[in-house]
Amino acid sequence: MLTVKNLGKTYKTGDRALNDVSFTVEAGQVVGLIGPSGAGKSTLIRCVNRLVEPTAGKIFLGDTELTGLSGAGLRTARRRIGMIFQEYALVERLTVMENVLSGRLGYVPFWRSFSRRFPQADVDKAFALLARVGLTDHADKRADALSGGQRQRVGIARALEQDPELLLIDEPTASLDPKTSRQIMRLIGEICTERNLPAIINIHDVVLAQAFTQRIIGLKAGEVVFDGTPDELTDDVLTSIYGEEDWTAMRRKDGDHHDDTITDEERMAGLA
Amino acid sequence: MAAEAVRTWRRPPILIKDWRWRWGIYAFAVIYLVLAVSSVEVNWARVYEGLERGWRFLQGFLVPDFTSRWRDIGSGLVESLTMTVTSTIVGVLLAIPVGIGAARNLAPLPVYLVCRSIVATSRSLQEIIVAILFVAMFGFGPFAGFLTLTFATIGFMAKLLAEDIEDIDEAQAEAVRATGASWWQVVNYAVQPQVMPRLIGLALYRLDINFRESSVIGIVGAGGIGATLNTSIDRYEYDSAGAILLIIIAIVMLAEYSSGFVRKWVQ
Amino acid sequence: MPVEQGTVPVWRKRTTAAQWTLWGGWFALAILFVYSWQVMTKDTIWAFVMDAPEQAADLGSRMFPPRWSYMERLWWPLWDTLNIATLGTMLGILIAVPVAFAAARNTTPSLYFVRPAALFIIVASRSINSLIWALLLVAIIGPGILAGIVAIGLRSIGFVAKLLYEAIEEIDEGQVEAVAATGASRAQVIDYAIVPQVLPAFFGISVFRWDINIRESTILGLVGAGGIGLQLQASLNTLAWPQVTLIFVVILGTVVVSEWVSAKVREAIT
Repeated sequence: MLTVKNLGKTYKTGDRALNDVSFTVEAGQVVGLIGPSGAGKSTLIRCVNRLVEPTAGKIFLGDTELTGLSGAGLRTARRRIGMIFQEYALVERLTVMENVLSGRLGYVPFWRSFSRRFPQADVDKAFALLARVGLTDHADKRADALSGGQRQRVGIARALEQDPELLLIDEPTASLDPKTSRQIMRLIGEICTERNLPAIINIHDVVLAQAFTQRIIGLKAGEVVFDGTPDELTDDVLTSIYGEEDWTAMRRKDGDHHDDTITDEERMAGLA
Repeated sequence: MAAEAVRTWRRPPILIKDWRWRWGIYAFAVIYLVLAVSSVEVNWARVYEGLERGWRFLQGFLVPDFTSRWRDIGSGLVESLTMTVTSTIVGVLLAIPVGIGAARNLAPLPVYLVCRSIVATSRSLQEIIVAILFVAMFGFGPFAGFLTLTFATIGFMAKLLAEDIEDIDEAQAEAVRATGASWWQVVNYAVQPQVMPRLIGLALYRLDINFRESSVIGIVGAGGIGATLNTSIDRYEYDSAGAILLIIIAIVMLAEYSSGFVRKWVQ
Repeated sequence: MPVEQGTVPVWRKRTTAAQWTLWGGWFALAILFVYSWQVMTKDTIWAFVMDAPEQAADLGSRMFPPRWSYMERLWWPLWDTLNIATLGTMLGILIAVPVAFAAARNTTPSLYFVRPAALFIIVASRSINSLIWALLLVAIIGPGILAGIVAIGLRSIGFVAKLLYEAIEEIDEGQVEAVAATGASRAQVIDYAIVPQVLPAFFGISVFRWDINIRESTILGLVGAGGIGLQLQASLNTLAWPQVTLIFVVILGTVVVSEWVSAKVREAIT
């Protein structure tokens, strides 16, 4: 369970990215974080694992207060939080397996990671995860040899290899085509259900957010302006978040995708 | 199946896939290293004796003596600096026609071959060797040094200039050519604007290199601060040597800093 | 009656002020050149310069043909030269790697103390030619191969460290962020996120420097630091020009071969 209390972030330049943000994410809940560019979505999820240092407020993961941790304490907290990135952020020149195993870095001593001699349990887990995301045959390929969708799956496997209690997901579909985007979102949803894992998905595509999350938080200029179920996200609310836009037209465009959905599902079943 | 129960993982080799080649290369490297290290004859007594001198040199470096040899240092420095300036300017001016001639997209084949061989000769002969020859021909002093550095500058600049010209945007040259421009006009309007900022940047970079080289060729008699440095080390005057080295470092730092500034201003 | 010139704009490439600065700059450069030239040639004996073609012809006639039989005495110095370059490069790399990590903005332990110190090491090493390092080291630890190896090593530090720290500063920070987010320690982040990204650059730089070092180690013997340069010095002192010619040919050959090897290896890596 993640609790964010009165979180604030002001950058050194004076830009106020977040202001008095509070919410709680329960176990197994997938939360979509929407809002226009520059609303502070990326800053918010980076504050949770302290890649960005918050300037006000507190964050709790279970009973641990994340704000105020440093050194080994922070590393132990970070390994409990899996993160998935927009541009995959795989280490391009390492193999797929090394990328997945890097999820264990917070658990193993330096000599083990340096000599690539991970405990057998970690290796077993990595193979199982690669099978789960459908990449068993690619284990020894270099990460830059994969396609975008495959890379994002490696990113998911890396995050799960950490045995996380929370997933932070930063624009998982921004660099993917619409079809792959849906596959990846579905995979994330399934995995969160399987493991009863809470997740915060920072996503600019409102339609995808509505289709694959159970709760949506709308952020505008660093403040929470909406917090509710996807159904409650009406055109009026969207207008208040993003400004004036033809939302019905956007939804209709989404309808076109539905023809692919079944084949997508079949595909995913085959991969899993 | 038993094989599937425990699935181990080893990182695949990064560079050389074939294990025979890999171990062959490792073995070769180890054997070479053993042979190489064992063929280094070291007179440890002499090295131990030298440690005291090394310590004195370090002291000289930390507490340099600029004053007692200032006349020698000053004249050596003036020689080095004037040599650097003149050789860079003359070298760059001569490198421009050679560089244009060595660019395949501007020069006809015979000119191209001649210019390329000039570049190749200049680049494969080291400054010190050229300096030895020029000192033998023109006598001791900075004039031989000037010729050496000019010769080296031509090869360096002409090669990079030629590569730049070959890399220019052909569309712009096409556009100018299409207006019915002559060869000179193409060079002036299409090539020059594209290459000029980098040419200035390279010239400044070469200025820096020429200064550093000018501190070396003095050792074989081609004038400059290198001769002063050589003398002071021969006399075991480490505090003066330290002063000279610090001056060289300071000038190189200054040159690098200001050339970065000028390059920004040019672009 | 004043003519309204403003209505017909005259096209100029640059504004006049900028043009004046430009011409002023070129003029200053010309004056600097003339002044430098006069100072430099103050003590030049022009009779010697005029005499140069004859000297060159004389030299040429004495240099050819090269004394091929001298070759048998060059193999051993050549082996020494190769060792000076290779071992010196390795020594240089060994010191350069930590210096580069200390100098790169994104890996340095301290931006205000360690980084300037590392940058000073780099510029000091780069400013001083390996021949000067050799000159110093021969005076300090005595003539021989060791002085040559250390000289090459000291000169290589700055070169390798400079290029390497620039490569480290150019890495993709997203990959570093991702590895740090797994709870990895600082050493693990360097091992997993930074090293893989700079490894190709590192190999390229090392081989490139080795190639330059072969070139430089051929002449270190001039000041007593071992290798084929010792033979060159001895031949020059006895005015044995046919031997000098042969040594030049051998040096040229070595340089060409090392350049070829370096190009091939770099090609294979990338």
